[in-house]
Amino acid sequence: MLGEGIVRGLAETARNFLGSFVSKERLTTVQFPEERLPQAEAARDFPFLVYDGEDWQAGMRCVACQICEKECPPKCIFIEKSKDKKPDALGRAQFYPARFDIDVSVCMSCQICVEVCPFEAIKMDTAFELSTDDRFGGLLWDRQKLALSDAHYHAIHPTDAAHTDELLAAEKAKAEARTKAAVAKASPAPMPQPPAPAAANEP
Amino acid sequence: MTETIDQIFVILKHWLVGHVPTAVEPIVSELLSVVPIILLFPLLFALITVMERKGLGRIQNRYGPNRVGPCGILQPIADGIKTLTKENIVPHSADKVVHLLAPLLLVMATFLGYAVLPVGRNMVAANMDAGVLFFFAVGSMTELSVFMAGWSSRNKYSLLGAMRAIAQMISYEVPLILSSVTVIMAAGTLSTVSIVEQQSGYTGIFPHWFVFTPWGFAGFVLFMIAATAESNRSPFDLPEGESELIAGYYTEYSGFKFALFFLAEYLGMMSISGMAITLFLGGWAAPLSFLTWIPSYLWFFGKLFFFIAGFIWIRGTLPRLRMDQLMNFAWKFMLPMALINLVTAGVWRFMPTGILRWLVCSAMVVAPYVLLGRGFMLGKRLEKRTYRFAD
Amino acid sequence: MSSMTETTSAANDERSRKLTAGISEGQLLEVSMGPHHPSTHGVFRMDVVLDGERVVKLKPVVGYLHRNHEKIGENNSYLASMPYTDRLDYLCSLTNNWAYALAVETLAGIDVPERAQYLRVITAELTRLQNHSSVIGFLVQDMGASGTPLMYAFREREKILDLFESLTGSRMMCNYMRFGGCRIDLPAGWLDRAKKVVAGFPQFLDEYENLLGTNEILMARTQGIGALSRELAINAGVTGPLLRASGVNYDIRKVDKYGIYDRFDFKVPLGDNGDVYDRYMIRILEMRESIKILDQAMCDIPPGPIMDPKAKIRGFRPKAGEAYGRIEAPKGELGFYLISDGSGNPYRYRVRPPSFVNLTVLEDMCIGNYIADTIAILGSIDIVLGEVDR
Repeated sequence: MLGEGIVRGLAETARNFLGSFVSKERLTTVQFPEERLPQAEAARDFPFLVYDGEDWQAGMRCVACQICEKECPPKCIFIEKSKDKKPDALGRAQFYPARFDIDVSVCMSCQICVEVCPFEAIKMDTAFELSTDDRFGGLLWDRQKLALSDAHYHAIHPTDAAHTDELLAAEKAKAEARTKAAVAKASPAPMPQPPAPAAANEP
Repeated sequence: MTETIDQIFVILKHWLVGHVPTAVEPIVSELLSVVPIILLFPLLFALITVMERKGLGRIQNRYGPNRVGPCGILQPIADGIKTLTKENIVPHSADKVVHLLAPLLLVMATFLGYAVLPVGRNMVAANMDAGVLFFFAVGSMTELSVFMAGWSSRNKYSLLGAMRAIAQMISYEVPLILSSVTVIMAAGTLSTVSIVEQQSGYTGIFPHWFVFTPWGFAGFVLFMIAATAESNRSPFDLPEGESELIAGYYTEYSGFKFALFFLAEYLGMMSISGMAITLFLGGWAAPLSFLTWIPSYLWFFGKLFFFIAGFIWIRGTLPRLRMDQLMNFAWKFMLPMALINLVTAGVWRFMPTGILRWLVCSAMVVAPYVLLGRGFMLGKRLEKRTYRFAD
Repeated sequence: MSSMTETTSAANDERSRKLTAGISEGQLLEVSMGPHHPSTHGVFRMDVVLDGERVVKLKPVVGYLHRNHEKIGENNSYLASMPYTDRLDYLCSLTNNWAYALAVETLAGIDVPERAQYLRVITAELTRLQNHSSVIGFLVQDMGASGTPLMYAFREREKILDLFESLTGSRMMCNYMRFGGCRIDLPAGWLDRAKKVVAGFPQFLDEYENLLGTNEILMARTQGIGALSRELAINAGVTGPLLRASGVNYDIRKVDKYGIYDRFDFKVPLGDNGDVYDRYMIRILEMRESIKILDQAMCDIPPGPIMDPKAKIRGFRPKAGEAYGRIEAPKGELGFYLISDGSGNPYRYRVRPPSFVNLTVLEDMCIGNYIADTIAILGSIDIVLGEVDR
């Protein structure tokens, strides 16, 4: 019948109109910024450098190996290695980044730097409201701006942070086992002493 | 008591006119009829813009504007401020006088149409004997101003857009007027007031509205389709939508003149709905005989509200018709239906009342609809298709 | 020398000459439907020559979004090109990733474990669902339906994008496939959520067909418009739903059987007329087939590793050689051609974009039709400028 398709379309539209007053399925808007949808746990926006403990300089995990700088596709990471060393979480002396800049306006949130980092030092943050009106340096972040604590990492990505903690603990355990074995080999156990000749003095 | 509430505005007007010196009485009386129209309908226009945006939003599973004022009611004020503070750009080579006159003429022509609409019992601005004729004559003036807008812009795309708009409006004038001629034939008069009065009787509880007859229903449907095309609303909004290439006859307008075009479009929508209500839906008459205690003007505006909701509903659902399809539809489908409807109305008038009259006239309306419709679809080779799958 | 646009082929020259026989050049109108246009799916320009309302010549002008993707691929390592492939056809990043991973795995001879294959199929079919939803929404939006069907389609698409975000971290630029598998395994509860989303899809498709499937206005605007014949489609190298709507049975999932597609039971819909309506309906039917594949894959997915243990992330140096990897992307055949010279960067990195190749028949379909139909035809070809221009 001519016009039947049009009538069916009108019925469908009316259903959506009336449904929008009763069901959330038919009115899917969220009134941002008063209401916010929860972000998925795996969401990734821009990188940050993890530090353990309270002091961001002393606790920073990054050892300036520069692997992320080489692997970054748009080459937005700039690292300068330090001249001296500082002790890391396992007590060994490591270099640290004297300069670690990320140009966030170039970064494409691909997460390759996180994947290739052998030290679990760089992770992805979930903050996305980052606009600034400083054209020239506002989105070039230095290492202080990039440093965020491990507690923050646990807050935004709990499963990943737990997994990272396991990896680091396993590494620490392996390192401790190795040191114990090395110490045991370096200073061998003392030879068993011969019994003192006390019986010869007796009449 | 209900009588007083129904006639409250008439009584108020007489009381005010009584306090004025006799010399200026006619002028004041006319002013008191005209000024409420000029104040009320633009206010309704503002409300309709919010209603449309929120209605379309709800159809599309989202809120409409809801930041300005509670539920976005004050959005038109924000829009008005925006339009008024925009720069008024006039192209260098444009004809400045005509460029200015076109929106003004359009708005004036649309306002004139309200003069003959009876919004309540004894509430009509100008009780003319040839009210319907006056209404359609004034409506044709809108087409002239559309052409003025396109011509004065000195832009070949605006001109082409204006020509297409006029072609569309002229083609749809014919079914529009033909379907109203059926009502004129049945009522025997061109005066809107007496057409409404003829529909205000009741048999039992059912009213005598012309829409409840076969020819009236067909005429109503034809009238509304033609009205949608006359006001350039979806699905006939090719001249005004981003019509893919030619941006329409009001490309070169900005700021307040653009707002005037919009005002004129919505006012036109309301006035032609008002005419449809007057001709087919009994004007200010209540639909059931025990509801006559509700004042007549409330009925008129209630029906108007439903018409506007219908316009918005159709806009939210249907895609646009292409230009040649639009014209084909007007000349090859609507015109024959309107002519056949005319004959049906005549047959209705001269047959004796009874069930036979109903059957004959319904057949005379439905059969051509089906035949013409099928011919139309077959002519374009439109069909419902089924698809095969590769094996 | 005429300042009018040239046509794209000798056959079109012939047709446009016939259409303009007897009309002086001054009467023809040359219009540039320029890069800023609400309906051209990106920065795309068409130089159109009109005789009244009919199109006589049409030349597509591309390049407004050229970003040196292939040259960047030569300067970057293989892994570093993976996030760039997301941005080729930016609506369907996961299928782009798969095509590239397939090419590199063919080049280097890497195997992919079972679970990773299933994950790839699931994500690819979800991508197909959300891409086809967008296309059917955009097509009707361009024809003037003031956004209602588009909003419904996007409502469903958002659910799929939420799934992608919880799996890969990003809604659209997923960067999920690696050479030898996938980057990360499914989080807890993802499969149940995905099953719920997929279960709700057939109802959405039914509602959508109710809204517009038999709408007379839509049928009048799309049936008989922009017909593409079988021969021309095959000769021009057109692939994807465009080809299948013209009646050619060629779906790379059935032809190449890449991944594990031979394990799934699904059919390939074919059209008869090759017009806009056929392409629209073929996409809806393909969505239903994708739902079937998804139901099967999500049921059968085995546990196991998701990466080949021998695959390297860093220092990846495939031996010298060349490889072409292609998949059935939602838009057509997406292929990557890689030549390796043994170093960490490819010697030549070439993308075969389906949208670009499909665009070459735009003029053939538009000549003789009205200007208003050009938009509908362009919408039915389904181009994404990121792919066309790279």
